[in-house]
Order: sequence, then C-alpha cells, then structure tokens
Amino acid sequence: MPKLVSHSDETIVLKRRFGQGATDIDKYIELDGYAAVRKAIAQGPEKMPAWIVDTMKASGLRGRGGAGFPTGLKWSFVPKGSTKPKYVLVNGDESEPGTCKDHVLFLEDPHAVIEGTMIAGLGIGSKLGFIYLRGEYRYLLKIVEKAVAAAYAKGFLGKNIFGVEGLDFDIVTQTGAGAYEVGEESALMESLEGKRGIPRIKPPFPAVVGLYGGPTVINNAETIAAAPHILLMGGPEYAKLGSERNGGTRLFGISGHVERPGVYELPMGYSLRKAIYEVAGGIKGGKKLKAVVPGGASCPVLTADEIDVGLDFDQMAKAGTMLGSGGIVVLDETVSIVEFALRTIKFYQHESCGWCIPCREGTDWIMKTLARVYEGGGQKKDIDNVQYLAENMMGRTFCPLGDAAAMPTLGFVKKFRKEFEDYVEGKRAGTPVMTTEHDLVGAGH
Amino acid sequence: MSTIANTIFSPELAARFDHLVTIYPVKRSALIPMLLYAQDEIGYVSEAAIQEIAARLDLFDLEVRSVLSYYSMLRTKPAGKYNVQVCTNISCMLRGGYEILDHCKAKLGIGHKQVTADGVFSLEEVECIGACCWAPAMQVNYDFHEDLTTVKVDEILAQYRSGAKETI
Repeated sequence: MPKLVSHSDETIVLKRRFGQGATDIDKYIELDGYAAVRKAIAQGPEKMPAWIVDTMKASGLRGRGGAGFPTGLKWSFVPKGSTKPKYVLVNGDESEPGTCKDHVLFLEDPHAVIEGTMIAGLGIGSKLGFIYLRGEYRYLLKIVEKAVAAAYAKGFLGKNIFGVEGLDFDIVTQTGAGAYEVGEESALMESLEGKRGIPRIKPPFPAVVGLYGGPTVINNAETIAAAPHILLMGGPEYAKLGSERNGGTRLFGISGHVERPGVYELPMGYSLRKAIYEVAGGIKGGKKLKAVVPGGASCPVLTADEIDVGLDFDQMAKAGTMLGSGGIVVLDETVSIVEFALRTIKFYQHESCGWCIPCREGTDWIMKTLARVYEGGGQKKDIDNVQYLAENMMGRTFCPLGDAAAMPTLGFVKKFRKEFEDYVEGKRAGTPVMTTEHDLVGAGH
Repeated sequence: MSTIANTIFSPELAARFDHLVTIYPVKRSALIPMLLYAQDEIGYVSEAAIQEIAARLDLFDLEVRSVLSYYSMLRTKPAGKYNVQVCTNISCMLRGGYEILDHCKAKLGIGHKQVTADGVFSLEEVECIGACCWAPAMQVNYDFHEDLTTVKVDEILAQYRSGAKETI
C-alpha cells in the first residue's frame, strides 16, 4: 500500500480526508462530503449551472493533467442548447512517468472524485459521467466501484438525486488496458467508445463534439476532485491559496533521488528548491543534485542551477519547461543523462500509437540513435541528428505525444550536450545501469 | 441466463457481460472491460473469447482483434498464474528498477514475456505503473508491491508460490 507522507509546509485541501477512512461513504459525509453538491442544488435549478461554472472560474483552477487549461472556462464552452446528450469524462488514466498522485487520490478519497463528477455534470447539464482509470489500477477501480455503489444506495446517484424531482445523474466506471496514449483526451474518448486509442483531429474540441458526438467535458481526476472543495470554500478563497493566475493547491509527486519521496500537497507557486530540499528531505544520501524533470517525463529537464522557480504553470513556462502533471523526478550526480534520455525516449517510442508519422518514426530514430551513442558507437553528428529529429516532431502531430517525446529530448541534448559528446569520445559520465542485456531499443517490448 | 447460448464464460461472467452492454450509450463501449474480464477468467484472450465478445457486441472478429492488439495488458497467449511485472521507467530506474528486473530474471530463470516451465510465474518488464513515489515497484497480476529490495522480492515470490498470498 502506498505510504502517506506529510510535511509542515503543505497546504491541505485535497488531502483533507486522506488517512481517515473516507472511502466509506458515512465517513466521507461526516467530513463535509456531498455538502458541495447539496450547496449547488440549493441554488435552485435556474441558477445552479451558472453558479457552479462561475465559482470554478473564480477559483483559478487549471487542469491538473498537465495542460493547465482553466477548468471553469472549459466547462463554459459546452453549448447550452445542445440537442445531443452531454457527458462528463474523468481522466484517471494516469500514465506520465513520474506521476502517481491520482493513485493516492482514488485510494484515499474516491468520493471526492465522484462528487466532483456530479458537480461538473450539474454545471454543464449532463446526466452521465464516466470515470476511466488506467488498466493497472484495478484495485483502485474496485474502491471506486464500491464508492459509486454506496452513492447510488444513498440516492445521491441515479434518478431524482438528493430527492430532487427530475434531477438525474449516473456514473459509469471502467479501466483501460494499458496504453499511455489513452491519457490524451481524444484518444481517451476513442478508448471509451471501444476502439484503439488513437487521437482525433481538433477542432472540433470535445466540449462541442466529444463522446458519442455529444458535448463532453474531460478533466483530470485531481481537477475534478478539487471541485467540491472549491464550491464549499468559494472560488476566490481557493484562488488565494495559490499564485497569480494559478489558483489553489495541487498534488506533487516527488520521486527519484530524494530522502522522502511521496505525494505532497503544495500551494501553486511553491518553490521547486524547497519542494526538493525541505519537503522531500533533500537529495538521498547527501549526494549532489544534478538535474530535475519537474512535471512528468515529458517536461524539459532543469539543471541544478535552475531550480529557483515557482511551481505554477506560468513560472515553469518562463523557465523553459512545464508544470505538467506535477511529477517531480529528482536526479543526483550519479545519473548518466545519456542513459536517462534513452530510457525516456524508449518509453515514448513504445507508447507512440503510430497514427502520426513524425511521432512514430521520430521516436524510433531518436531511440536508435541515442542507443548507439549510449553503447559507444556514436558520432558527433548523431547528437545533431537527435536534435534535428526532435525539432521536426514538434507541433506536427495530432496529439501532444510527439511533443512530449521531443521536448525532454531537446532539453537533455541542449543542456547536457557535453555529456553526449563525452559518450561519443568513450567517456561515460555517471554510473549507468542499462546494458545491452536490457534491450536498449525495445525490440522485445 | 445469458443472452448468448452456449457461452464459453462462467455463468457469473456471462451475467456480468449481459449487464455491461446495457450501461453505455453505445454497446461497443463495453469492449475493453469485456476483454479484460475475459482474460482474467481464461488467463488470456482466446479465439473463442474473441468470437463470443464480437457476437455480444455485434462486431466483426477483426474489429475485436484490432482493439485487442492495441492494448499492452491484453494477451493472446497464457501468462503464468502469477504475472510479475517489473517497472523500469525513470523513477523506478533511479531507485534500482533494473536491479529488481535482473534479480527476477535470475530467480525465475526466465526473460521478458516468458513463462516458467511449471506455469506458476511469468515475467514482464513494463512501463510506468503509477507507483513512482514508492519506487522501485512491480505488480503481480493486479497487486502492487512497492519500495522493493531483492530480499523483499524473494519474500513476495515465495508467498505467491506457496499459495500464502492470493492476488485480487
């Protein structure tokens, strides 16, 4: 079972019910559970949708999956007069390497996700929500299924919810079956429709044409779970917890070479340096920091000198990287960046769905070229070639997987070029662990 | 009574499938859950399972196969009773994921996607399983095991082998 961690610098909103047995619906209710959705319903059928969307807008909440799109704005894009059914789709297909926050969220507070899904549904006028977890999270699906069944038993889901005539909302839960690509919203819809998880071209955006052709709001599980807290405390109060244009708190998963890895809830804008050195207890074994991948594997690396930056979407963008999914991966001085870059691209090569040629071919050639450099058979022009390939993948694919593979590659090659050149000259930095025994180019994967 | 005569699945699973096709706006949406549950029961997705699922969803076998081949957790050949899946992605790699993988290979005497001669274990090197903060981690079937050491892996494998531990 994942260990729960805490630190005095945390600002607790989402973690409020963690470790308290809130998977049980009665315990959840005792801890203000389902009070937010009742508060929304109490606004009356006329005012309720606008009240929900306006509160979410005022909260400054931005998508926790990685894109950082303002949630309230996204909900407001759903056409009010749609003749087609509208849907809410909760993305719990957490797959970005370095990211395990939704894992803890489903484990500790599944009702918050359920209540958030209902709130999104009431906000956009939908009667059906889906909660989609990654296939590996079967034990978490069981927890969520049990929670959904308990909500039905209380009359919180189904027909005439909370005893309000004509107010219906259903939730369907399921998992995927192993595919990183399905975390991308349009591929997620394909998967939920029982197809291969390949992306759809945008526009139209899901808010207009989504699941089964109906307007669909798709949000990350953590984003959805924030909604009940926001409705209870008020949008502006939530916004105040964070930084400018970055409302609230978020769950950061700090992993890799730190003393106390774990999922911590920190205010948006919190210092990356403090997150590593104070919250997570500093570098493991007193070693020196070499680099940080700050928001999941797809985010460009920061060097040890670049960590005086605030953890919000805008400050991270200004620093040339991304806040991403909040997965902070810490690399100490022993890490071989060439090996780390190879392992990263090997993942994206494996996960590229093959739909767009720049991504399918680009990830494969970058992987093969980096493997050659790693094994000692590389040339200087291989490094230029890797950079050239990555630059030409950027912005040329249906979905962001191509960018997700290209961006970290560019970061590694540009910021640690010397290390790649050293490999070409037979000098291997760090203490790499992968050998040819480890199937460097993923042939058997 | 299942809606399909002569179902290849257990009565419980057949009933579950009857229900699954009713909960989505479009019946085909039940495809991925059905493939997973069929695999859980049979050990893999067999030809007969493909045909029955296609019939239940009014799809061609080919459409089912096309989806089946896309998802990495679905397989068309049996795995071991306990499928050991070791993560070697970045967070696990930094904390010894490859050491755990090598240890499992040596301990079980098999490589990636191979099954032990007695059929008890199979081994897979897998991509990120979402346990980065508790790395290195692995899954045995759907069970998570975190903060692994080689000693801990030995204990876990022994528990499954002796039947002292059942997977979910």
